[in-house]
Amino acid sequence: MSPASAINLDLTAHEHAERLRAGEYSSRELTEATLTRIHAQQPALNAYITFTDELALAQAEAADRRIAAGDAGPLTGIPVAVKDLLSTEGVQTTAASRILEGYTPIFDCTVVARLRSAGAVIVGKTNLDEFAMGSSNEHSAFGPVHNPWDTARVPGGSSGGSAATVAARGVPLSLGTDTGGSIRQPAALCGIVGLKPTYGRVSRYGVVAFASSLEQVGPFARDARDAADLLATIAGRDPLDSTTAPQPVPDYSAELTRGLDGLRVGVPAQFFEGLDDGVRQAVEGAIDAFERGGAVVERGVELPTTPAALPVYYIIAPSEASANLARYDGVRYGYSFTEGSSVEEEMSETRRRGFGDEVKRRIMIGTYALSAGYYDAFYLKAQRVRTLIQREFSEALATHDLLLTPTSPSVAFKIGEKVDDPYAMYLNDLYTLPVNIAGNPGVSTPCGFDQGLPVGLQLIGRPFEEGTLLRATHAYQAETDWHTQAPPPLA
Amino acid sequence: MALTSDDVRHIARLARLALSDDEVERMRDQLSSILDHFQVLSEIDTDGVPPTAHSFELSNVERPDVPGEPVSRDAILEGAPRREDGYFRVRAVLD
Repeated sequence: MSPASAINLDLTAHEHAERLRAGEYSSRELTEATLTRIHAQQPALNAYITFTDELALAQAEAADRRIAAGDAGPLTGIPVAVKDLLSTEGVQTTAASRILEGYTPIFDCTVVARLRSAGAVIVGKTNLDEFAMGSSNEHSAFGPVHNPWDTARVPGGSSGGSAATVAARGVPLSLGTDTGGSIRQPAALCGIVGLKPTYGRVSRYGVVAFASSLEQVGPFARDARDAADLLATIAGRDPLDSTTAPQPVPDYSAELTRGLDGLRVGVPAQFFEGLDDGVRQAVEGAIDAFERGGAVVERGVELPTTPAALPVYYIIAPSEASANLARYDGVRYGYSFTEGSSVEEEMSETRRRGFGDEVKRRIMIGTYALSAGYYDAFYLKAQRVRTLIQREFSEALATHDLLLTPTSPSVAFKIGEKVDDPYAMYLNDLYTLPVNIAGNPGVSTPCGFDQGLPVGLQLIGRPFEEGTLLRATHAYQAETDWHTQAPPPLA
Repeated sequence: MALTSDDVRHIARLARLALSDDEVERMRDQLSSILDHFQVLSEIDTDGVPPTAHSFELSNVERPDVPGEPVSRDAILEGAPRREDGYFRVRAVLD
């Protein structure tokens, strides 16, 4: 057994798993080393809202018993961080909002329950944009998260904490949620892998709801194999979420090694408008690597309606949010203003004091879009355009196995740079939003640098074909080393 | 598409969101500008296109009707800001 300080935290989860099984170190030692590091990084990154040291150490000891008994899976004993949008029994869950002040769930969300049964070690709840609304992690009641590549910059959002802690080698794995890009965009800006599963692939039970027809829970990791193992753990039908799909979960890790040879890759023209030159160059480099690996790349694939995904998203998501967030009334849990003279005054004042600016803006947009006289012009229109976008993806993916695009039009921007211009902020998700609108799976993986900051490559697949995305990511990572590059040590 | 301050107050009332006068003004300008960006949708021909509420076909998800163990009332009330005799407490709705 080696002392905890000698454990190499740059390793991936599957590399740790081998060493745990070989007895080189215990999960308890790995967990202690992990906790020491993430606590030390907290002042620089602010990636966590809650640390769960005690829970983690107990889970690590239980994992060590399973490993000793020969009952270990790929995640047994592995430290994992989860976005603080995921309900955890007995551990406060804030959604980075004041309105959930003091709220401790009495149940686990399904994905956390599955992590627990897989023997994973939950080390903390990560920071996010309030209720997952944002692309920079600046809209958090607990302060912004900092990008480990340059702490003056944003990590992306909304799952900024989950991305930053994996990129900074705090943990090998984390969970985020993706409603319009909230896994893929921070993965791109932090230089790691992030995957949004097909809508319905992963249970949303116990995930604090934002836009129910768009969001999915998915993995952050540093390589495709780890992302595959984490996705396999959380995916599949859940009796507690009737929107989960009945399709069986394939063996993702078995698909990984099939290579790029013969894969038909489409490059959609509309996803190369409005992006920075450095991002374009990095993505062009990735296209070359795919061709060298034997993929058949076709450029100029047309998805003409996809630019409209931005307004479609900013009608549908706030509409669903305005309904979902109606539950925060100060009556049953969380923050409550109790000094008013009527029910309505207390509810309205609770919500005014409890919600941040971006959440209020979206509730207002959604309420407006659903209100009498505007429903047809906004909400129904957006749903019809959604159909067109979905059809275009379906047609493009009838003749291609996957689509290749940039993840985000630019690299990480400065904290404060876009926070006063909501629409400029929304443009960050130009290339990721269409995928949620259509429901397809998407993954982001590092493909280079611009101005010294990571650039992300997005691959989009057919519904329920996450295996193809992971296979292509694995093959690309075998040919390149962008995903192995670590940010400089934090001051 | 310009919203008036009264529009903003009306929407805020529907959303049960108290706003200060400053917030009303800021919200009016920001929402008007966001709504402007939505206008591109009116240029897209959607005649005869059905709306999509949900991205894949799934209907009539059922389970056997077997009673389960209910969550305890005490556990649910544990987080309530105000409670009394096993109920949530709010201000009187009727005088």
